[in-house]
Amino acid sequence: MLRLDCLRSVYAELEHCLVVTIMGAVAAELHSLGHRPNFFYLQHAMGLASSTGLGLALCLPDQTVIVFDGDGSLLMNLGSLSTMARYRPANLVHVVFDNESLLSVGGFPTATSTGTDLEGIARSAGIPNAVTVRSVESFKAAVGDAVDRKQLTTIVAKVEAQGPSGYVTDLALLENRFQFRRYIQSLKKS
Amino acid sequence: MPVSLSNSKLIHEALKECDVRLVSALPETWLVHLIRLTEEDPGMQLVRLAKEEEAVGISAGAYFAGVKSAMLMQNHGFLAAINGIVSFAHLYKIPLLMLISYRGSFGERDPWQTQGGNVTEPLLRALGIPYFFLDGEGTVKKRIRQAQTLAESSLQPVAVLLTRDLMWEE
Repeated sequence: MLRLDCLRSVYAELEHCLVVTIMGAVAAELHSLGHRPNFFYLQHAMGLASSTGLGLALCLPDQTVIVFDGDGSLLMNLGSLSTMARYRPANLVHVVFDNESLLSVGGFPTATSTGTDLEGIARSAGIPNAVTVRSVESFKAAVGDAVDRKQLTTIVAKVEAQGPSGYVTDLALLENRFQFRRYIQSLKKS
Repeated sequence: MPVSLSNSKLIHEALKECDVRLVSALPETWLVHLIRLTEEDPGMQLVRLAKEEEAVGISAGAYFAGVKSAMLMQNHGFLAAINGIVSFAHLYKIPLLMLISYRGSFGERDPWQTQGGNVTEPLLRALGIPYFFLDGEGTVKKRIRQAQTLAESSLQPVAVLLTRDLMWEE
């Protein structure tokens, strides 16, 4: 299963969500499908995409927030699972693309390659709904289910360790950040 | 426990007057009253953390949402949050109001706090983070308001150091 195919399968549904991605391949691939003002790419600060999603979800309970996390990033901030589980916002969908690799720095294997089970960790941390998916169809269904059931969900998507040839996009970091905030403020006025 | 309840209340009131609606925290002795006051306040969302760096992401999310937030942490928690401060708050110009208990300074009896006390101000300076001390009850509200104002206008993290003189009654 390719991450890009997963992203493509839910791209249409992302139009009305607030989306936060980690850096590297996830950001570049989502951007390649077509940037939208409701997408924020956290191009560093590994581990904090889920925390950012939590802050958004707690403050905007009427919006669906989707975080596209990765195994390397989540392993740097496993405590985030316990904090998310503690407050369990119903409008937060936490997707973890698990390619068992720190792909963007050369493909070093992460601990999920030697048996660490992120779905199990998420469930044991108290995330009320945690699933692992291995096909694009089940990925799309899991994201749809997580949005519809209104229950904090972690979806671990097992994907190939393949990504784009480059990670830099033509969207400046600050441009993305100001646009994202302005988009959210415009939702409040409408 | 001789943590000042009255000055903790003052800080809490100051945050309310700044319209702070979300407070993230990791407990430490000097912050116990402040965290409890936040939790009991129906107008505030307390987020209890596993590690202080999470607070940078949570406050950034709140900022995107248009909600004012504050971070309560010990200076060792500030040390634990530095990568997030640099590679999120500084990189993306995110305002942060950081209330940091200044352990390990003059009067500290706990040996394990002392090394963090030595490096707190040098690190704040190295990171270019504006900081001010809260050391007397008369200036608590004014300085927290000023810190919040600067964070919002400059779009950067600002630190308020909670001192022993303010937080501890001996």
